[in-house]
Amino acid sequence: MEANIVETNVGARRTVPLPHAISLHRKATRLREGIIHFVLFLCSILSIFTTLGIVFVLIFETVGFFRKVSPLDFFFDTQWTPLFAEKHFGIWPLVCGTFLTSIIAMLVAMPIGIFSAVYLSEYSPDRVRRVLKPALEVLAGIPTVVYGYFALLFITPLLQKLIPPMSGFNALSPGIVMGVMILPIVSSLSEDAMYAVPQSLREGAYALGARKLHVSFLVVVPAALSGITAAFLLGVSRAIGETMIVAIAAGQQPRFTLNPLVPIETMTAYIVQVSLGDTPHGTLEYNTIFVVGMMLFVSTFALNIISHWLRRRYREAYV
Amino acid sequence: MKKAHWREWAFQAVALMAMVFTIGVLITLIVDVCMDGLLRLNWQFLTSFPSRKPAEAGILAALVGSACMIALTALFALPLGVGSAIYLEEYAPKNWLSQIIEVNIANLAGVPSIIYGLLGLEVFVRNMHMGRSLLAGGATMALLVLPMIIISSREAIRAVPPSIREASYALGATRWKTIRHQVLPLALPGILTGTILALSRAIGEAAPLITIGALTYVAFLPDSPLSPFTALPIQIFNWTSRPQKGFLTDAAAGIIVLLIVLLFMNAIAIWLRNRYQRKLY
Repeated sequence: MEANIVETNVGARRTVPLPHAISLHRKATRLREGIIHFVLFLCSILSIFTTLGIVFVLIFETVGFFRKVSPLDFFFDTQWTPLFAEKHFGIWPLVCGTFLTSIIAMLVAMPIGIFSAVYLSEYSPDRVRRVLKPALEVLAGIPTVVYGYFALLFITPLLQKLIPPMSGFNALSPGIVMGVMILPIVSSLSEDAMYAVPQSLREGAYALGARKLHVSFLVVVPAALSGITAAFLLGVSRAIGETMIVAIAAGQQPRFTLNPLVPIETMTAYIVQVSLGDTPHGTLEYNTIFVVGMMLFVSTFALNIISHWLRRRYREAYV
Repeated sequence: MKKAHWREWAFQAVALMAMVFTIGVLITLIVDVCMDGLLRLNWQFLTSFPSRKPAEAGILAALVGSACMIALTALFALPLGVGSAIYLEEYAPKNWLSQIIEVNIANLAGVPSIIYGLLGLEVFVRNMHMGRSLLAGGATMALLVLPMIIISSREAIRAVPPSIREASYALGATRWKTIRHQVLPLALPGILTGTILALSRAIGEAAPLITIGALTYVAFLPDSPLSPFTALPIQIFNWTSRPQKGFLTDAAAGIIVLLIVLLFMNAIAIWLRNRYQRKLY
């Protein structure tokens, strides 16, 4: 404390007789400031190491996998049975399962999300908005195991009454529930994009005699399209990475199909399935979860980057 | 003219219905879970260890495991996250490195949680020999919530008016003293709000913990950071995937406990946020 007074307060400087002491105090302060600066820098650089750690771990184990399995089998076989006696390592059944549940989720999340966003941004009175927005956000805060439980024990039996041949595990029910989970992201990002559309565009359209519905869908939505696309991509990325809903309600049977009524397995659910057993380090099974993780990481990373870039672009265009 | 009116009205009706549907799903979910599990929720359930018999099973080990893990997560993530936010807001020069750090944090926030589980499995469980312990779970979760804590802490720090910093500098305070005594106290409610919301997400996460190999059947309480553990969402997942009806009831009761914990944490966060908003203006 005293060092600081000497360093900073002109009045106090007079009370210290030796210039030598002043410079010593000043040096100590400078050193302390420097150390703090460095420690804070280390904190923020940790995020870079996290990314590097993820990339390195995935590459390391993926290379280990491809030492034992040919990439040709991985990309061109249509069966994925690493846990059986007769092993096949074709990634397509898992990709297919992930694709299927994600598509179903986006078919639910996209229309409802955009309609909600248009309504909230262009139509809703402030009072309605203040109730609806937090209610939508609650959906994003519910743990995914809870959604999984709901999909398996409520939505699936309900759908089975409508579509009798549907199996107890399937892609449709977790897909729908996942869509509801993703909806708040799609809706709030789309709304942000529409909010960023300048008022003058709307006024121009009104001046030409357009109705509100036309202004919303023919002016605002197209102008916000890059932001809406960003929301869509981020939603897809969430759907691909979503784990517990599909692990609980979609089954554990990797299958090369686009039929939403039969049990399938997604990439994430496969990682869960292997992790639940006690897989020793260094085995081929252990490698497989990292290869699947690599596929997940690469696809979500690409989607996130494009989405990030699109969002930056509309901000630059209008702000 | 009349036709256009009709369309306006129809759109509003459809949009409102879409949202009512969504909120309807939310309400159905909560009602469904409560109907399945509310009767199962009693003192015995809260204070018993898991069991082979659904009626004797309880949630004690999972509840304590979750609490301990979250405490460790907060212990790691809060100082690192706030430190990182302070650096990026108050120190970082505008250069390529800061740019990379910033984009990188945004990207990490979008990495699926199960990937963090794979990272934790290889780095904490295997290479650092932590085993399938509370410590490994807390460290993995800390990495998962770190981007969220950094982003919300940065917003809180940015909201502190520059005039306060300038006044502090004018009185001769150094940069760190300004941050420590002026900026942080003002930003603290915002930082805590963001941290609580991030931690409440970590409490509900099951995927990374399953990946690092947290156990699903634990009949003891953790006694050190290195002891094996289970957590609420894992216990719920385990009960949900059993065929017996009794365990599904247990799962529903577990979900109610989890939702109450989350509700409680969110209430604290909202309370903090309201207090904070009143203070600044």
